[in-house]
Amino acid sequence: MAVADQDTAVRTGLVTRVFIYGILLVFAAFYLLPLFVMLTNSLKPLPEITGGNMMALPDTWTFEPWRQAWSSAQIGVEPTGLKPYFMNSILMVVPAVAISTMIGALNGYVLTKWSFRGDKIIFGLLLFSCFIPFQIVLIPMASVLGKLGMAGSIPGLVLVHVVYGIGFSTLYYRNYYAVFPTELVRAAMIDGAGFFRIFWRILLPVSGPITVVCVIWQFTNIWNDFLFGASFGGQTQPMTVALNNLVQSSTGVKEYNVHFAGAILAALPTLLVYIVAGRYFVRGLMAGSVKG
Amino acid sequence: MGFLDIKNVTKSYGAVEVLHRVDISVQEGEFLVLVGPSGCGKSTLLNMIAGLEGISSGTISIDERVMNGVHPSKRNIAMVFQSYALYPNMTVGQNMTFGLEMHGVPKPEREAALKDVAKLLQIENLLDRKPGQLSGGQRQRVAMGRALVRQPDVFLFDEPLSNLDAKLRVDMRTEIKKLHDKLKTTIVYVTHDQIEAMTLSTRIAVMYQGYVQQLGTPKEIYDTPANVYVATFMGSPAMNVLPVRVVMRDGVPHAAVRAQDGAEQYLRFSQSNLAAWDGREILLGVRPEAITDPDGADRNSANIVPLSNRIGVTEPAGADTFVTMELGGRDVIARMRADANVVSGQDFTFAVNMEKAVAFDPASEERIAP
Amino acid sequence: MAHLAKADFRTRLQEWLPKLVLSPSIAAMLVFVYGFILYTLYLSFTDSRMLPSYDWVGVENYVKLWGLRAWWTAVINLGIFAGLYITICTAIGLTLAILLDQKIRGEGTLRPIYLYPMALSFIVTGTAWKWIMDPGIGIEHTMHLWGWESFQFNWIKDREMAIYTVVIAAVWQTSGFVMSMFLAGLRGIDNEILKAAQIDGASNWSLYRRIVIPLLRPAFLSAFVILAHLAVKSYDLIIALTGGGPGRATELPATFMYSYTFTRNSMGIGAASAVIMLMTIAAIMTPYLYAELKEKK
Repeated sequence: MAVADQDTAVRTGLVTRVFIYGILLVFAAFYLLPLFVMLTNSLKPLPEITGGNMMALPDTWTFEPWRQAWSSAQIGVEPTGLKPYFMNSILMVVPAVAISTMIGALNGYVLTKWSFRGDKIIFGLLLFSCFIPFQIVLIPMASVLGKLGMAGSIPGLVLVHVVYGIGFSTLYYRNYYAVFPTELVRAAMIDGAGFFRIFWRILLPVSGPITVVCVIWQFTNIWNDFLFGASFGGQTQPMTVALNNLVQSSTGVKEYNVHFAGAILAALPTLLVYIVAGRYFVRGLMAGSVKG
Repeated sequence: MGFLDIKNVTKSYGAVEVLHRVDISVQEGEFLVLVGPSGCGKSTLLNMIAGLEGISSGTISIDERVMNGVHPSKRNIAMVFQSYALYPNMTVGQNMTFGLEMHGVPKPEREAALKDVAKLLQIENLLDRKPGQLSGGQRQRVAMGRALVRQPDVFLFDEPLSNLDAKLRVDMRTEIKKLHDKLKTTIVYVTHDQIEAMTLSTRIAVMYQGYVQQLGTPKEIYDTPANVYVATFMGSPAMNVLPVRVVMRDGVPHAAVRAQDGAEQYLRFSQSNLAAWDGREILLGVRPEAITDPDGADRNSANIVPLSNRIGVTEPAGADTFVTMELGGRDVIARMRADANVVSGQDFTFAVNMEKAVAFDPASEERIAP
Repeated sequence: MAHLAKADFRTRLQEWLPKLVLSPSIAAMLVFVYGFILYTLYLSFTDSRMLPSYDWVGVENYVKLWGLRAWWTAVINLGIFAGLYITICTAIGLTLAILLDQKIRGEGTLRPIYLYPMALSFIVTGTAWKWIMDPGIGIEHTMHLWGWESFQFNWIKDREMAIYTVVIAAVWQTSGFVMSMFLAGLRGIDNEILKAAQIDGASNWSLYRRIVIPLLRPAFLSAFVILAHLAVKSYDLIIALTGGGPGRATELPATFMYSYTFTRNSMGIGAASAVIMLMTIAAIMTPYLYAELKEKK
């Protein structure tokens, strides 16, 4: 996307430029507001929130809400804090991302370099499956997971996320490998490399960029999933579901500061990924949506 | 029986036949060039020899071994691709020995082979670089090196020079020719550039619309093209082809052609078999270098015929001057000496070397004489 | 006959391996996506309640569904939400992209600020905005403390207005992404075209209106498709922000489906609503995907 020559031909006057910067800064404030509110209020004691100003910095700085959110807040019926659910999410996300990315890479390789009759239809079907509303599969998925004995378990969630993640990971690798010169594959064939060897020695070594994109995308999507976690999580709920339980719990006083701390904890992994690899994140979001 | 035998080979995609009954027999050490415009089937045929595309019917054999269905890596061939197809993640050395490694050749032997070829191609100093750090010409050398290391029975070249700039292309062309003279390996070479075809080959197959139009030595192809297509495809500027009427004068067939002023002029044919076409129209093919100024005419020719016509456009090209004129209702190009005295719009008497003239049947466009 | 020579084992294996490698994905897709869709479709024609049942009742569930006030509320809400969400996101995204494209100092800082919400879970977004828009502790309270006593912003508690709070939170989350789509589109436009237009005497305004924006058509199309499909699928945001309330005022088809299927024991009706959601998305996606795949050959 970003071309080296970013020079736009449009010229603007000083007044216009002040106006432009004004608008851009107002929007920056709009996007930063919730993060600011969550962060400051997660560091206040509760009375300061209920009696004070949402926008004010804490008078008394405290990490107590964070500690509570992490290890002692009431989630559902147990005062466990979010920690075990955070672990659930990790245990779910890591294998799901690894497996779906691996399968996606192989699929993309087959669909571009070993094309066969009907491969377009298969890719079209895979692509469409990325966009279905998951409500359409909830009912049968629940009973299938039950029959497999995987309901309410981490492996069950991993299975679900892999199955519905393949579409996107295949899309990424297919688009990436589609522009990879087929002559290289042919040269390797003549050199005597077989199907897996070509993949391993020729394609995979140059797949770094798309793998980063795909991993970020899958990680963000699976970490942030709520519907599958709430439907099939059972006792091993992921972080998002636990956060919702914490925030929506109707018993006792609403501990806003703990909620905010919990929300940031739930957002932290994806935010970190975004900060570290934001460029790739954008590319991932764009893949398949805008050409060029 | 040749070394590389292509017998009755066809290629179809579904119901569409894209290559029709190709028969070519290549002797060991020959340099065969497949030439034609894009979409003529030349690359398809090359890929079939390589085993990258299946054979719909017929057989391809190398050294009397039928290759149909044999995996590309088991045919003992090597291929140089248009894009060079160098593995971007490997060094030049690794690129060149990858094939040997895949074939289980032990490391010391690989290193030895690499050293020899690197020396031959003068790329010893590049072996540790990645392809991305090389210039176009260097990549081209590495791609050839990768093929050479394998010591294959047949080299396949798929438009290897088309990504180079004009000057480098000429240099590399010479180098490939030298290499072939030195190594005497069998080569099948695909190009759309007829000059490459003429200069490199021992034999040329001109292909068009899935048919081999003509198979022969460069001289045969150039002097006696099988049909109008081959005649106009090979040679630059292209052979002039114009409709003329055959008339008998003094018992010898002549071509009657109208110059720009409408007056009919008669060009005596060297081929007496054209008497059979007396009174009928044919297509006359004359290469630009066979129409010259009188001083530039070929002294060894026994049949130089004068032709008066008005000069259209003159194009001095340094070594020669090209003149365009209207003849028989067509634009005809003549090739003059550089300092021939030709002026646009003036009448001029050209010398036509009718010994080199070719005649075609106007209906089938096949050659009828010589 | 020589040409009947069979391909050697390795060649045949090489021909089969790719299909072999792809087949688990194809199988999974056929079962878990298309098989499940057919199953749900079938259930929508049965009298399934708490558990799947296989007694055929024809279109009864669809008739019932369209007779339900709650479903109508959900569909109307989706109409309002999707309409505003798509329009506002596109407007903000395009505006920000055009402004950011004016050689802005600090673009590198602003862009990630606009975009980071996309990395968050809708649950987090919902949680944050829920409290910001809560009259008791949020903006309204803050404005009062800052001395604007008459300021009122209690949409989230207002049955009529609550759906608009969903729009605000959703726009906050995705408009930055739309911005980056448009920005990519703008950067992809050949600068020489712009220079030519200026030499032709186009003002900045007509330059954008007549040349740039029409050239962004593909970006508009992509943005529309992505936003529309996100809108139909919206579920988490409702759960976290309003829980479908106040009352049932902010139910969307996605939350409707979930509650009818799993808490109200009307699986047949839930399945019917899921089918309608799928058809809506299919109507949007299919032509787009078809065109996209065809173009890429």
